[in-house]
Amino acid sequence: MKKFVALAFGAAVGISATAASAATLDDVKSRGELHCGVTTGLPGFSAPNDKGQWAGLDVDLCRALSAVIFGDANKVKYFPLSAKDRFPALQSGEIDVLSRNTTWTSSRDSSLGLNFASPNYFDGQGFLVRKDLNVSSAKELDGASVCTQTGTTTELNMADYFRSNNMKYEPVAFESNDAVVQAYDAGRCEVLTSDASQLYSLRLKLANSEDHVVLPEIISKEPLAPAVRHGDDQWFDLVKWTLYGMINAEELGVTQANLEEMKKSDNPDVKRLLGVDGNFGEQLGVSNDWVVRIVTAVGNYGESFERNVGTGSPLKIERGLNKLWTQGGLQYAMPVR
Amino acid sequence: MSVQEGISPSPSTGDSGRVSLVNNPRVRGFIFQLITAIIIAVVLYIFVTNAQTNLRSQGIATGFGFLDQPASFDVNQSLIEFTQNATYGRVLLVGILNTLLVAAVGIILATIIGFMVGIARLSPNWMVRTLGTIYVEVTRNLPPLFQIFFWYVVLIKFSPSPRDSFSLFNAFFYSNRGLYMPSVVLGNGAIFIELSIVIAVVLALVVRYWARKRQEQTGEQFPVLWTAIGLIIGLPLIVSAIFGFPITFDVPELGGFNFRGGTRVIPEFVALTWALSIYTAGFIAEIVRAGIMAVSHGQTEAAGSLGLRPGPTLRLVVIPQAMRVIIPPLTSQYLNLTKNSSLAVAVGYPEITAIFAGTTLNQTGQAIEVIAITMCVYLTISIVTSIFMNWYNRRVALVER
Amino acid sequence: MIDTAIPNQVFVRSQLVETLPAPKSEVGPLAWARANLFSGPINSLLTIIGFGLLAYILFALLDFLVLRAVWTGENREACLGPEVGACWPFIKAKFGQLVYGFYPVDERWRPNLVFLLGAILIVPLMVRTAPFKLANAVLFFVVYPVVAFFLLQGDVLGLPLVSTRIWGGILVTLVVAVVGIVASLPLGIVLALGRRSQLPIIRFASIAFIEFWRGVPLITVLFFATYMLPLFLPRGLEFNGLLRALVGVSLFAAAYMAEVVRGGLQAIPRGQYEGAMAVGLGYWRMMFLIILPQALKLVIPGIVNTFIGLFKDTTLVLIVSILDLLGQLRAAFADPNWATPVTEFTGYAFAGFFYFFFCYGMSRYSRYVERRLNTGHKR
Repeated sequence: MKKFVALAFGAAVGISATAASAATLDDVKSRGELHCGVTTGLPGFSAPNDKGQWAGLDVDLCRALSAVIFGDANKVKYFPLSAKDRFPALQSGEIDVLSRNTTWTSSRDSSLGLNFASPNYFDGQGFLVRKDLNVSSAKELDGASVCTQTGTTTELNMADYFRSNNMKYEPVAFESNDAVVQAYDAGRCEVLTSDASQLYSLRLKLANSEDHVVLPEIISKEPLAPAVRHGDDQWFDLVKWTLYGMINAEELGVTQANLEEMKKSDNPDVKRLLGVDGNFGEQLGVSNDWVVRIVTAVGNYGESFERNVGTGSPLKIERGLNKLWTQGGLQYAMPVR
Repeated sequence: MSVQEGISPSPSTGDSGRVSLVNNPRVRGFIFQLITAIIIAVVLYIFVTNAQTNLRSQGIATGFGFLDQPASFDVNQSLIEFTQNATYGRVLLVGILNTLLVAAVGIILATIIGFMVGIARLSPNWMVRTLGTIYVEVTRNLPPLFQIFFWYVVLIKFSPSPRDSFSLFNAFFYSNRGLYMPSVVLGNGAIFIELSIVIAVVLALVVRYWARKRQEQTGEQFPVLWTAIGLIIGLPLIVSAIFGFPITFDVPELGGFNFRGGTRVIPEFVALTWALSIYTAGFIAEIVRAGIMAVSHGQTEAAGSLGLRPGPTLRLVVIPQAMRVIIPPLTSQYLNLTKNSSLAVAVGYPEITAIFAGTTLNQTGQAIEVIAITMCVYLTISIVTSIFMNWYNRRVALVER
Repeated sequence: MIDTAIPNQVFVRSQLVETLPAPKSEVGPLAWARANLFSGPINSLLTIIGFGLLAYILFALLDFLVLRAVWTGENREACLGPEVGACWPFIKAKFGQLVYGFYPVDERWRPNLVFLLGAILIVPLMVRTAPFKLANAVLFFVVYPVVAFFLLQGDVLGLPLVSTRIWGGILVTLVVAVVGIVASLPLGIVLALGRRSQLPIIRFASIAFIEFWRGVPLITVLFFATYMLPLFLPRGLEFNGLLRALVGVSLFAAAYMAEVVRGGLQAIPRGQYEGAMAVGLGYWRMMFLIILPQALKLVIPGIVNTFIGLFKDTTLVLIVSILDLLGQLRAAFADPNWATPVTEFTGYAFAGFFYFFFCYGMSRYSRYVERRLNTGHKR
């Protein structure tokens, strides 16, 4: 019996010792699949399609990451997470990367122990209302009941906005986006507030989406970025540069269609990016053709955007702030050098 | 483990000195306890060290300092003032009060419905009995969460929008935003009215005490209930008349999207309390029925032969005796209702689980502290309720002479 | 003469008179109705009101669920009419999701096989006369959960892996219920024995454990399992959401089970303990051979009631984002293709029948067992 206790004790301590020191990239490689935290279903960003495969802008990042690590974009296991579950899931090590339209804020960066790669979508919070209320501005919403999802930055921004404009309101907070939409549709509130990108996608879930309109005001900055845990810089770098790789590919004009031609390009930037010159991939801990793998799997950032949320999708969201910096937007990737 | 040792036949011939040490029950008990204690200690140690490592490696803040941080989100029902600068500590307090509100209203409602249905199930009338049975079977066999969702949908879908709300005297309004009622605004001299209410309650208690004494001595009954109602309503009325009715009402009126002014009962509260009451009442009905059936039929017959009518027989003879059987299981139903109020999280009613274990946990990320506090609150409520009900149980218990 | 004649005239019947039928007013349906329905003005009024109420409810249900219901259709268009009742095509379209969640269509034979195996094992367990009770119980409580787990999860014997994350619907409801039942019974027995133990540390530990879980709501237990447990365990230990919820549900149910079993242990007369000790049985043999078989038999209704409670509590897992039947149903409501005024009520009617069928079935069974067990002890 005592022997057994000693064994059990040793085993337990042993597990905790080995597990804590393992690096995420090695974990992922030995496991053979990437664990990626996504939404429970937000068309355009991450949602299962008719065939049950996950697709969307956030999903593309995980697919790109999987392609970089394994050379195969499909070695990803998706973990649908509610807003409340997402941080504990990342903290506990259940997922390796959280790619779930998560706003980058200082407190999340510090006290929640997250590292945000770089925004893959610059968003802002907006309001959805019924057309027949004849409201044209958020400033007219005094006294309204506002439905929102609990545990989001949205809930906090809304409080700030109504207070700073001296308006009264009633917050009605629900657990899941579905519950929010259903309550709004049933008339529990006049207003639904969320990130503007989400409003377009949630509107598709309403019974008569034509009867609802997104108000022009954007009341907050919501830089949505993929996140990883504190304490593993190598993994953090890899996630960050996977996204930069997508953006750089767009900036240098590398697309899925012209990938083979671009490999022969004389442009030194392109050569470095595609691993023709230098060993920048190996420095990151993966193979040198990492950007080639990304573009083959999901295309460059612009292609991914258009396919999932842009004009090529039912959402039809304008690029707006998410244009490249060269075209007057905010998407700016650090150079590969 | 000790089974092996236990099998070995030990015909102890009275001389315990010859029994080997492993077979000595006292020694074995000691070893067994020691092992249990060690296992518990090891598990706790592993948990604590793991938690420390994990928290440190993930950079999660620890400690209870977050309770003083501003919460900066709003709640749609608060019994105490909840302003912009409210802290997470305040959120906790709001949550606890909202939990207690649901529990209190739910317990009262469930007890009333439960007693009615329980008595109905024993009715000589077949129709009433059958309806009681159907009620009990349906409510007890559907999950409470299901019932909450269902009533919430019914409430939201079948209630009119604020602009077409049902109104009563143009002062009470019912819509899918809840029930709006006039609220009381106290003017000068209102303190005397409050005072008079207190005095009326005290007087009513005195009357009750006197009436009971008189009944014990003379057997004559006194209409205590009516006197008490008269006192509690009448006295404040007279006092307020003297001070020229210093009470005004803030009547809600439609402005913009919603009503303004007055007080309000939100639909989430109604759906939650109603569903929990309906659900728990099914169990209470069965407890009441079992309690009444446990009272010997001779008691009813004896009461009848003394000339008591069925109503007073139930009230004065059967139920007081049935209470002894009813109270212990009733206590656990009250506790269940209180614990089930945590299902509020599903319909967005701001009680402790929703706004503290939910929103606060999410905004601060301090899972251990938040969940530990939440569990402590529920444990405290459980313990306090148990103590109170045990005290009451001792009071009504049969005094053996 | 007269004096003597009178005794002669006394007629003594040597045979019993045929019993007369009871007066017409005391038997038959009419009399029953008078006694049970119309015994007085107030009762008559109550009967009429009650009958009206019952008829109204039944008719409204029938009307909504059958008469005005829509039976065929491809999308919401079919159910948008003004006077439409239940929208059954919605259930039909979502049926796969409601039963299996996102379990891949090609692999759905696996949950089906698990359902079938469960039914085959549980039916003879419940029928009193069926043979091989012990073997059957071991199969159901020990072998079945293991087999079912590997069959559902896959990744062995060439079966493709199906992550627990995409299980859902009735499958998850039943998995949570069965695991809770199978895990809570032995754990509850151990805790109950611990609470009645003579050894102070063990008794105290058991009491603390039982009272702690019984004092907090299941939701906070699930929050604990979901958000706190991972922090207590070494990082990297694979511990998915469903498993964590199962741990929470099992611990919670075990505490309630312990109290039920304790009731049974207390009801066993002291003589049984003393008798067992007198024939030289040790603690474990005394418990497992003499005390527990009697005690458990006494509390079967209580155990079944705990199962019913557990079955209803499985719905709570949706709050930690595990989509059981109710969770899948609510997810299906969000589908704009089926957004109609009657969709939600149709869905709730379907789920309501499911839960009622299982819970009512179990409660009838528990009452049947209670009656059967009572025969021996009738006073």
